[in-house]
Formats: sequence, C-alpha cells, structure tokens
Amino acid sequence: MIHSLFLINQSGDIFLEKHWKSVIGRSVCDYFFEAKEKAVEPENVPPVLQTPHHYLITIFRGKLFFLSVIQTEVSPLFVIEFLHRIADTIQDYFGECSETVIKDNVVTVYELLEEMLDNGFPLATESNILKEMIKPPTILRSVVNTLTGGSNVGDMLPTGQLSNIPWRRAGVKYTNNEAYFDVIEEIDAIVDKSGTTVFAEIQGVIEACVRLSGMPDLTLSFMNPSLLDDVSFHPCVRFKRWEAERVLSFIPPDGNFTLMNYHVSSQNVVAIPVYVKQSINFFESGSCGRLDITIGPKQTMGKTVEGLMVTVHMPKAVLSVNLTPTQGSCTYDSATKVLVWDIGKLNPQKLPNLRGSLSMQSGAPKPEENPSLNIDLKIQQLAISGLKVSRLDMYGEKYKPFKGVKYVTKAGKFQVRS
Amino acid sequence: MSASSAFNDEKGGSSSVGEPEYGHDPASGGIFSSDYKRHDDLKEMLDSNKDSLKLEAMKRIVAMIARGKNASDLFPAVVKNVACKNIEVKKLVYVYLVRYAEEQQDLALLSISTFQRGLKDPNQLIRASALRVLSSIRVTIIVPIMMLAIKEAASDMSPYVRKTAAHAIPKLYSLDPEQKDQLIEVIEKLLADKTTLVAGSVVMAFEEVCPERIDLIHKNYRKLCNLLIDVEEWGQVVIINMLTRYARTQFLNPNINESLLEEGGSGEKTFYGSDDEEDEDEEEKEKKAETAAMAKRKPYVMDPDHRLLLRNTKPLLQSRNAAVVMAVAQLYFHLAPKAEVGVIAKALVRLLRSHSEVQYVVLQNVATMTIKRRGMFEPYLKSFYIRSTDPTQIKVLKLEVLTNLANETNISTILREFQTYIKSMDKDFVAATIQAIGRCATNIGEVRDTCLNGLVQLLSNRDELVVAESVVVIKKLLQMQPEKHSDIIKHMAKLTDNIQVPMARASILWLIGEYCEHVPKIAPDVLRKMAKSFTNEEDIVKLQIINLAAKLYLTNSKQTKLLTQYVLNLAKYDQNYDIRDRARFIRQLIVPTEKSGALSKYAKKLFLALKPAPVLESPFKDRDHFQLGSLSHLLNAKAGGYQELPDWPEAAPDPSVRNVEVPEWTKCSSREKRKEKKVEKPFYSDSEGESGPTESADSESDSGSGSESASGSEVSASGSESEESEEGSESEEEEQKDKKKTKKELKKPVQESESEQSSEEEERKHARKSKISKSESESESDEEDESESESSESESEDSESEAEVKKKKKAAESKPPCKPVKKENKKEKKEISLLDLDDFDPTPSPQVTPVNSFLSSSLVTDLEGLSLSDSVLAPATMAPSSALKSYELLHRITGEGLQVEFCFSRQPFSPDANMVAVQMHFTNNASADAKSLHMEDVKLQSGMRVREFPEIELLPAGETATAVMGIDFCDSTQAANFQLCTQTRKFFVSIQPPVGELMRPVFLTENEFKKEQGQLMGMNEITEKLTLDATCRNEHTIVQRVTAAANLSRVPCGSDKECSPPVPPPDHPVYRFAGRTVTSGSLVLVTVVTREEGAAQLTVNCEKMVIGTMLVKDILLALTQ
Repeated sequence: MIHSLFLINQSGDIFLEKHWKSVIGRSVCDYFFEAKEKAVEPENVPPVLQTPHHYLITIFRGKLFFLSVIQTEVSPLFVIEFLHRIADTIQDYFGECSETVIKDNVVTVYELLEEMLDNGFPLATESNILKEMIKPPTILRSVVNTLTGGSNVGDMLPTGQLSNIPWRRAGVKYTNNEAYFDVIEEIDAIVDKSGTTVFAEIQGVIEACVRLSGMPDLTLSFMNPSLLDDVSFHPCVRFKRWEAERVLSFIPPDGNFTLMNYHVSSQNVVAIPVYVKQSINFFESGSCGRLDITIGPKQTMGKTVEGLMVTVHMPKAVLSVNLTPTQGSCTYDSATKVLVWDIGKLNPQKLPNLRGSLSMQSGAPKPEENPSLNIDLKIQQLAISGLKVSRLDMYGEKYKPFKGVKYVTKAGKFQVRS
Repeated sequence: MSASSAFNDEKGGSSSVGEPEYGHDPASGGIFSSDYKRHDDLKEMLDSNKDSLKLEAMKRIVAMIARGKNASDLFPAVVKNVACKNIEVKKLVYVYLVRYAEEQQDLALLSISTFQRGLKDPNQLIRASALRVLSSIRVTIIVPIMMLAIKEAASDMSPYVRKTAAHAIPKLYSLDPEQKDQLIEVIEKLLADKTTLVAGSVVMAFEEVCPERIDLIHKNYRKLCNLLIDVEEWGQVVIINMLTRYARTQFLNPNINESLLEEGGSGEKTFYGSDDEEDEDEEEKEKKAETAAMAKRKPYVMDPDHRLLLRNTKPLLQSRNAAVVMAVAQLYFHLAPKAEVGVIAKALVRLLRSHSEVQYVVLQNVATMTIKRRGMFEPYLKSFYIRSTDPTQIKVLKLEVLTNLANETNISTILREFQTYIKSMDKDFVAATIQAIGRCATNIGEVRDTCLNGLVQLLSNRDELVVAESVVVIKKLLQMQPEKHSDIIKHMAKLTDNIQVPMARASILWLIGEYCEHVPKIAPDVLRKMAKSFTNEEDIVKLQIINLAAKLYLTNSKQTKLLTQYVLNLAKYDQNYDIRDRARFIRQLIVPTEKSGALSKYAKKLFLALKPAPVLESPFKDRDHFQLGSLSHLLNAKAGGYQELPDWPEAAPDPSVRNVEVPEWTKCSSREKRKEKKVEKPFYSDSEGESGPTESADSESDSGSGSESASGSEVSASGSESEESEEGSESEEEEQKDKKKTKKELKKPVQESESEQSSEEEERKHARKSKISKSESESESDEEDESESESSESESEDSESEAEVKKKKKAAESKPPCKPVKKENKKEKKEISLLDLDDFDPTPSPQVTPVNSFLSSSLVTDLEGLSLSDSVLAPATMAPSSALKSYELLHRITGEGLQVEFCFSRQPFSPDANMVAVQMHFTNNASADAKSLHMEDVKLQSGMRVREFPEIELLPAGETATAVMGIDFCDSTQAANFQLCTQTRKFFVSIQPPVGELMRPVFLTENEFKKEQGQLMGMNEITEKLTLDATCRNEHTIVQRVTAAANLSRVPCGSDKECSPPVPPPDHPVYRFAGRTVTSGSLVLVTVVTREEGAAQLTVNCEKMVIGTMLVKDILLALTQ
C-alpha cells in the first residue's frame, strides 16, 4: 500500500526517507514541490496528488510534510489516518513532532517506521506494543545506556501483538495505581456581527491517563449519558455495553490515550461563555482604520474565563497597528498580518478593551470585508454541556486505585464575524 | 573535517548521530579516498567483538540510510553480523539488509541460512520475524525458499506467524507473479483461518494477489462478517472494502423498486436531451417498466447474509479511525436500503472535526453522496458552514456540499451564508461562491431572480475577479429567460468599458450578440467600441467580437455592415490562426457573394439558432460509479489496481455457496488443527477471559450457528427439490462425488453439480424452479433473520457475561477469595453463598419441586438404560403439569428418513449436576435400519461442555428410540453444535436452549424470597408492565404459563407465618417463582403481581442481567399470548 515515506520540512528539504518496497528516487517529490509553490499557504497544498507513475498523499503536521508515495488504488483516508498515526507516535515518544526531534532520534524513528509497516501495510500501530519493542528514550535510560552500552530495543519480545487486547502491554506494574480522566469540551461556534449565534455545537473528548497494574477492567458511567449524541471510541471500549447500558466498559491501554470523542446532541442550546462587542472600520480616505473590541462574560456558569485570547487575520493592506489594550498584551505580525491580543483572565468588573488605529498601505482600496475574530478561552472545572461522570469502577484487580476526573471547557473553532 | 560538516549543513541534514564524519555521501561526489577511510572506520567497528561498538556503527549506518545516503559499500561488513546475539544490532542489520539486498543479491544470499534457521525456532516471534525479513529481501533467486517458508508458516500453529505469512504473500507476488497459483492456494487456506489476527492481513493479500477470485470468499463470508468488529482497524478497512464488492456480486439491489421510481420521476432530465436520446430513453424506460413490473411481481426480500453484513459493520461507524468510518459509510451507501443509509451521515459529519486532510477526503465523498441522497445530510447543513480559517480547498468543497443541499426550504439561509462568503478576502473562494449562487439559481426557480439581482449588484464590486465571475454566471442565468432581463444585458454592456478579465468580456459580448434584438440600440455601439480595441484584445474576446459582428450583420446589417467588414479585415491578419480561420469562415457565410454556396442562405439559422440553456452541474455528478472512499473516486479517474464496483446482479446467485461445510477440513487436517487449538489455548484463553469486546472464539461459533440455522432451511429446500428431480441423476451423483474428493457432505454440492451437468434446458427449468423456491426460502429466511438477529444480540451480551463467569472461575482457581462482584463490600459474602449453594442445592430441590421430585437421579440413569426400548412415555410421566415443548433437531427429509426431536426434560442430569438434560427422541421413518447412532465433532463455546448420549446401536426401520444427553450451556443461550452420525451419514445439528431451560427450580419460602430479592435490586431487577390475556387471569393459568416458559418452582405464598401478622387476603394476588441457573447457581426470582382488569407487573431479579432480560421477554410472551 504505502510504498515510501518522505519527511519534508517547510523549506522543502527532505530530511528522512523510508522505503517499504523497492527504493523510489527523491525526484518523485518534485511534483509535490511544484504544488507547494502554487499553494501560498502550506495548508492549501492538496493532500492527494497524481503524478504519471505514482500518487502522492501528504499531510501537514507540526510544520512538517509527511509525504507518502502510493502506486495503486488505496483508500486515501487509510493513508492519511496512518500518516497521522505516525506523527502521533513520534509525538508520544519524544514529546513533540518536529524536525529537530526527529533528526535527533533518527535511528529510533527509523526503527519505529520499520515496525509500523510491513510491505506498506500497517503492522503494529498501538503505542503500547511499539513501546515494548522500542523503548522511548528517557534521560535516565540514555545515561545508563551510554555507560553500559545498553540499548533502546526491548529484549523482551512483544507479547501484546499476540493477545486479543493488542492495545495493552503485558506485565504492567505500578506502585501508585492511578487513573485520571480529563473531560475536555470545545465550543465550536460562528457568531454573527450582531452577536446572534449562527451555528454552535459542543464537541467533547475524554483523555485518559491510566497507570494501573495488571489487567484492570474499568467501567466509567455518566450521570447524564443521554446528552451524548454521537460518539467514537478507542478500540478498547466494548461497544455492546455502551449500546445496552450507556456505560464505558474497557480494559485500558497503559498510559495516555483518548478514550472517546463525543458530540453533544444538537437539541441542547449551547451556552456561549463570552460576548464580543467589536467595531472595525476602515476609512475610505486617509488610509487608516479604527478598531475597538470589548469582551464580556455571557454564560459562564459562575466560573472564571481564563486564557482568553483574540486572534485576527487582518487584510493584506494593514501595515501596522497602534492599539492599546486595557488588559493583557497585543502584538501584530506585519508579515503574516496576524493580530494577537492575549488577555488572560476575564474580570467581569473591568471588561478588557482593545482600541486604537490601524494604518494602511496608502493608495490601497478599502478592504471589502472586515476580518473575523477567532476567540480562544478556557474555563476550568466546567463541562459546558453539563456532562458529568458518575463513577468509575474497577474489576479484575485487587488494589484500590486513585481516581480523578477533571473538566475543562475550551473554545474550539470559535469565530466572531464582523 | 570542517569542509564536510559545512557540506552537511548545506544539505540541511545535520544530525547528532553519525555526525560529522559519517554523514557524507560518497555518491554525491565526495572524495573517494576519504570515504573509504571513513567507512573503514565503520568496518572496523563492525568487525570488533564488542557489541556496543557494533551497535554504534549500525546506528550510524541506519542514520545514513534514513537520510537517503548511500551505504551500500558496507554490505559485506554488515551482513556478517546477521547472526549477532545482540538483539538491537540484529534488528538494525535486518533494516540494512532489507534496504540493500536488492542491490547486492549475491552477498545477500549469505544471510539466508540464518533466516532459515530462524524459521524453525521454537519461539513464534522469532519465526515470524525471520519470515518477515526473508520475504522482504527482494532477491529473485530465493523465490522457491520464500514459497516454501510461506507455505509452512501458513500452517504454523501460532496465529502471529500465520499473519506474517499473509503479509509475505504480496511481497512474493510482486517479486515473481508467476507464483500466483500457488499463492492463491495459500490465501485460500489462510482465508479459512478463524483468528482475528490473520483475517485483516490475508484479505489484504487477497486484494493484492487475486481480487477477482471472489469465489474464495463465499465460504468465509459469514466468518469475516462476524469477526470484523475484533479485527484491528487497518484490517477492518480492507475487509469492508472487499466485502462491499463481494456483496455487489452476490445480493440483489435493495433499492430496486425505489431506484425505478427515481428514474421515472427524473423525466425532466431528458428535457435537455436531443431527440435521439429521448428515443433511447423511452426504450430504456420500457425496459425499466418491464423490470419494474417484474419487481412488483416478486417483492424484494433481503438476503440474510446481506443483512448480516450491514448489521455487523454498523457499530464500526463509532470507530476512532476515520478510514474505518469511511469504509462503513461507503458500504452503506453502496449496499444499504435507502431508508437505512441515513445512519452514516452523523459519523461522517463527525469526521469534519478531524485533520484538514481527513476533512478534504470526507467532503469529497459527502459531495458525491449529497447528489444522490440529499435528505441524509440536510439536518447537518450548518456543519458545512465555512470558517474564514478553513483552507481554500476545504472551503470550496463545503460550498459544493451546501449547494447540493440547497432546496426551496433552506435556500434563504444558504443564500444569507453565501452573502457573507462573498466578502471574503480569499478571492478563489469568492469566485467559487458566485458559481455556487449560480447553481442554486438554476436549480431552484423561486430564487432565480433574487440571485440574479444579487449577482448584478456584484457587478459593481471593486474586485475585478468577482465581477468577472459574476458576469460569467449571469450569462448562464440569463440564457434561461433572456426576454425578461434586457435591462441587465444593458447594464452589462456598459461594463465592457471597465472589465478587463477576458472571460468576462467574452461572456458579455456573447450575451449582447445572442440577444441583440433585446438591445437593438446598444449592440451596434458595443461593436463599434470593440472594433476600436480589437487588436489589443485577448484571443477569446476577439473570437466573440467576430461572433457579435456576424450576428449583428445578420439582424441589423444596415447599421453594422461596415463595422463587420472592418472587424473581419482586422481578424484576417491576426496572428492567431484560429481567429484568421474564423474570420474567413464567417465572411463566406454571411457576406453573400456569387461564389458563396447554399450555406449562406442558412446563415441566420446557423448563428441565431435557439441555444439550450446550460445545465449547471455539480462536478461530483456521477462520480458514484467509483467506489466511494477510493483513490479513484477522489481523483475521478481510475487508479492502477482499482477494482470496479460491479453492478447489482439481475438475479441473486445461489446463496448456499456461503454455507460452511465443516467436514472438509476436519477430514484432511483434523489432527493438526486440534493440536494447534490446544497450543493456542493458553495465550488466547488468557486474554479472552478479560477482554469483552474481543470474543473471537464466540463470534466464530456464532457464525457457525448462524450459518447452520440458515443452511438448515436451504438444505430442506434443496432436499425437496432433489426429490423431484431425482430421475437418473443418481449415477451422476456418484461420479460427481468421486470427483469431489469423496467428501461426505450434505446435498448442496450435489445440487450444484447437477446444474452444472444438466443440459441448458434443464438449467433453465432449474432456474425457474430455484427462483420459486428461493422466494419461498427467502421469506422463510427473513423470519429467521429476525430471530437470528435477536438471538445474536443476546448472544453477544451473553458472551460478555460469560467472560465474567470465566473471570470468576479463574479467580476461584488462581486467587481464591476475592473477586469483585459488582459491590465490593459484599464481595466476600456472596462468594461464600455461592459456595454454599453448590453444596446445598441438590438436597432441597427434590422436596420442593413436586413435579420433578420423584425423579431421583438414579431413575434417570435407569431411564437412560431403558431408552432403547420404549421411553416415549417418559416425558409424559416426567412433566405432567406442563407439557414439554419439543423441538425439531433433524427433519425427516433432511435426515433421509431419520427424524430427531428433542426436549428439555427438566430433570437433574445425574452424571453432572451442572448440565441441562436434553432428551432426544429418534424416529426412523426410512425403509432401512439405522445403525450406530452417535454424536461426533461437538463444537462449543469455550466453557461449555457436553455429555454425549450413549450410542444407539440399531434403530430398526419404523422404530423409535430415546436418549438423554447433558449440556452445560454455561448459563448462556448459545447453541451447542454437533454432528449426529449414523453409520453412513452425518448431519449437522445444533441445540439452542430457551433461557427458561437454563435454570432449575429451588424451594424458597416467601420470606427467604423477599430477603433474596432485597439483595438483587437495582441493575439486577427488571420490571415490565403487561396486560394479561383474558384467558390468563386465573391463578392456575398464570402459574402454568410461567412454569412452562421457565423451569422455576412456585414459592408458596404466606407459608411463612412467623414473619407477618395475619394479613387480609391481598386484593392483588402475587405469584412468586424461584430457581437457580444450572451452571453457576445464580438465583432467579420471578414475581408476577396482578391488578385489576388483567393489568399485571412482572419482575425478574437475577444477578445475571442478560438472563434476566431474556427471561422477562420470554415470560412476557408466555403471559400475553
């Protein structure tokens, strides 16, 4: 399926290549570079390209292009999903997925790629299995290794691959047994110029960090599972239990993983935590404009809004800004035309305001459209949909685990049109 | 040194490993001597005795490979280390080998023996990795070795090695396609594998090597469907895509009636077509009408296997893997009845939250789907709204979807959205929006004028691109009703002064020319202006100027004759030959000279013919002839290796090909397999105990039971058929049997061979017959299907509880006292009580249940001994109160005269108290004696056990016999499958117990009952309200019906006087029943409370929720019937 993989940085250097079948020359990437030239933004490069002899399927992740070469019919999503899985694995191993990290760990990355695909077909993609075969680097281990000449490759053979629960490694042991669940909800919304909500929905995800010894069998139940409209699960979740009883029953992988994604049913009215009063005006004459933004709390359920940030992609004609915030800091990158106003905590008594003038390229026509504002925010200890975990039970092991659930609400793709 | 590191920097490839000396690439034109020096260093390290040095060297070499540098000259030094003890060195050497073996074939051969040794290693993982590397080395000379290794590994006892073998198949195939036939054999063998681990990989191999051999799937179809949910994600994608194709060849179109209606309704389409096309269409229509009539005659009934596929793929819509979701979505789109396709919309919309590349692919597919099935995505309209931060390609695709979704009701909202998009800074996107508005306007008549006005307003936009795009779209719209909009044409004529975009100018000119009679005054003036600027125009504009001139000349030659001449003269000397040609051609046509032929008479007709308005179509129209989700669909072009999605067959092929015949493999390799199973057991059962969702073993036999029950009906059908057409086919039968490796089988293959051999006429007859019988069997099977679905659901639930049971058991074995049973604090208590009961139970039960009391265990054994003679009486004596329901095990016809019925005798099975006694009743209706009736080849869910009935040596013709067998169903309603054998024949049969037979009565006093009930509250209690049948309101019938439905005993009411002071007789009598499940001894408590007018409430308390739920269903049914 996947013939070869090239990792390419934003400036167009191929810094890693891996072939699962016969070697394909780097020149195949030229078609990609051509397309990249055409697309101004890296996001705009088409993910699937056709060349005379090959097909190129590319993802853009962490400022890197993962370019795979395909020769025959394949489900494109299969490849895309797999490339993202590679990126996820690298992130999981080294903390981030960037050019420097990959270059620093080139041998480990190469070994990982070797294990993840066999003849271009996915072989082992579960992080738990991979970690059994190729140990992720830690400072301690690298020190020990240099002293003793030890290795990062597991000398144990990976037994997980043989079992029916391939996502969990065998023989897990912890002194502190703990299981943490983060319920993270994101509000996706488009708000009109007048403040009316055009479209809003809540997407949630439950991130788990489970460090439990042995083979625990967990059951997570909700107070109000009927809120969940559409769900997708980690393969460990027993789907039939969910269908029948609306509880999540699973033997977890070891470590961090995404337990489920959900969508809150659209009947519920979505609470929008903040309102934005804004006016951005460009004047016909004098090549300047005015900007005035105020943000205030709307439906915050009595919690504080933190990490408030406003990002505006200004029209090309805006050269510089002269803005003064009453709170936080404001920066404008004249190269990318991005205005960022980092506000921080929202104080309901003293609403943050950003006001000032924009100076425009002289002679340029007045921009047609006012830029829309992208809002970032965070509310701790609140799941805006009202979803609540009722209990977590563990079967199959004797010890008493330490359990914890955390709720966070964030702004997802929260856009205010102006 | 410094030079080389500088070189590295230049290449952008500086890394910590292999830095700086080793990063140099000899092929890139470095100095050879220095290269060798460096590599000498590496060679030395590789030759040393120290593993750490070797490792260091290998790491540097691999780093070189990773960066695409040539390290091939190190091959001899590296290959020596292939047998190195250090596992990391070894792995890196493998990496190197796989990369360079192709280039250094001779040297690579040195390593082969190491792998061959590895293939024999006792450790399965070493065997697997040896095979993996061996098959990855692309050296043609070792093809025979690879072939041998693959064949061997394919029958390895470790499923992981078999999986690796499956992976190796496409590798060998790409190396030497001539091995195809042999490889197909291996694939066939592996397809029959029953582990989830192998399934995905072997289907992948199948798809690469022999996707056309759809016949290999038949036998494995049901198994694949049932295993699907437990296969790893990537395998799921491949299997689902393959099964989509398979289903298209094997089943009937579920939408056959609807699609005809659709076609009929879309008669509008032909409006634009030419006359010829219409004729054709009519013919087609006739044909369709015929088929429609046919379809009406024979109502569509879905094949149960088709249903199985749809049912088993549906849960995968909840997968985290976008590729899996997409695969299921396309399967539903291509295979599901129209009413059911809707379920995929939600899942696809969910994927829109994913990475932009995923969005891109999903939106492409959604765009195609929205054309055929708009209604499906309408509720999610807003999810396709566009954000300013979306990449352009996503925006355009969302726009496409929005346009496809537009209809009369939502068009106003969509247009409002479009209005905000038009102001976007992304001009490509704005252009696409204008196109979209145009399409909405053509599709929805009501908003045409609104859209047109909006577009006209855009003509005053400052951005030229926007204006140009609007002009182009307006032109198309105006073509639909030009007479109404002459003012717009005028307005546009004015624009020629300002607009510079050639396409837009050309469009305006064409419009003016085409509708010059609507703007008689302006048109000549425009031509005048254009003539002036002719030489500076772009080519397309020039062509349109000539066109305009010609048209004006024909309509208004007085005013424009000279202008036209002038323009034509200019064109005559143009640099572009197209323009010169056009000018010459037009001059000949319109300017009458003595030479000009007959054509000029028709010039007006030629130029001013009524032109049909363009149809603004989605680029995604008709893309669905590609399998959705495929690369070919995305590119709208056939990619290499793409397998066409076949059209539905007119008539469904024989469904019986999917029946699984077990004896084949038991015959050939039963011993091997058994051995394997034993070996597999340890690590499988280990994990099985804990893992609910992965019940490979369960689902396996699920498929078995499913197929069996289905095959049962088919067999009976074919049986009757063969009776009819028996004349003279027997000898053929014999021959055929010999040919087919003398398999002992059921009728099916015989039937097949018959149809093969018989003459065409006969075939036709057959076809007709089978059609009739099919429709019958289909309707039957449909019923079955429903029941099947029910049972399979409950089965799966069961299997979970089974897992729990197993867990408990294991706990009892390994770490005795504490196993959490729901509530931790009660854990110990419960455990004890469970133990107690085991000891305790047998004693009270005989006293309490009067029905069974006089059947002591000894009597049963007696009966068993007697069974040969005459025990037809036995059931009657055993259960006088409730007539035992008997079930058919083997039909007279299927069994070739042997008829077997069974019933649950409801008496303790003396050899093993944990078994349910099943009484079998044999009748020999044949003319010959049946000899040595016995059981064979029992197939059970793990944990289940069977005690076979003693062999019946002789059953004379016309006689009957009875035997008792015991089955431990493990408190589940899963079927026990086995073969019933006579001396000559084998019959597949299965016994599936109703839930009520999985328990035995116990005696409880009312107080005890209440106490126990108090402990089984909450989740363990299931309550149902019901209305009792008029005939079923007295005590007697209620008790009778409940006890008939389930093997329970009545709890005497009010028998415990100690507890309660005398109570007035209750208005609402309460009936209580108690029992324990046979295997685990869990309490089952049933309460029926009756109220006025037949209202009643049924409560079941049982620790095993699955049993509880099923029991409620059964009793409810018994009481309300």
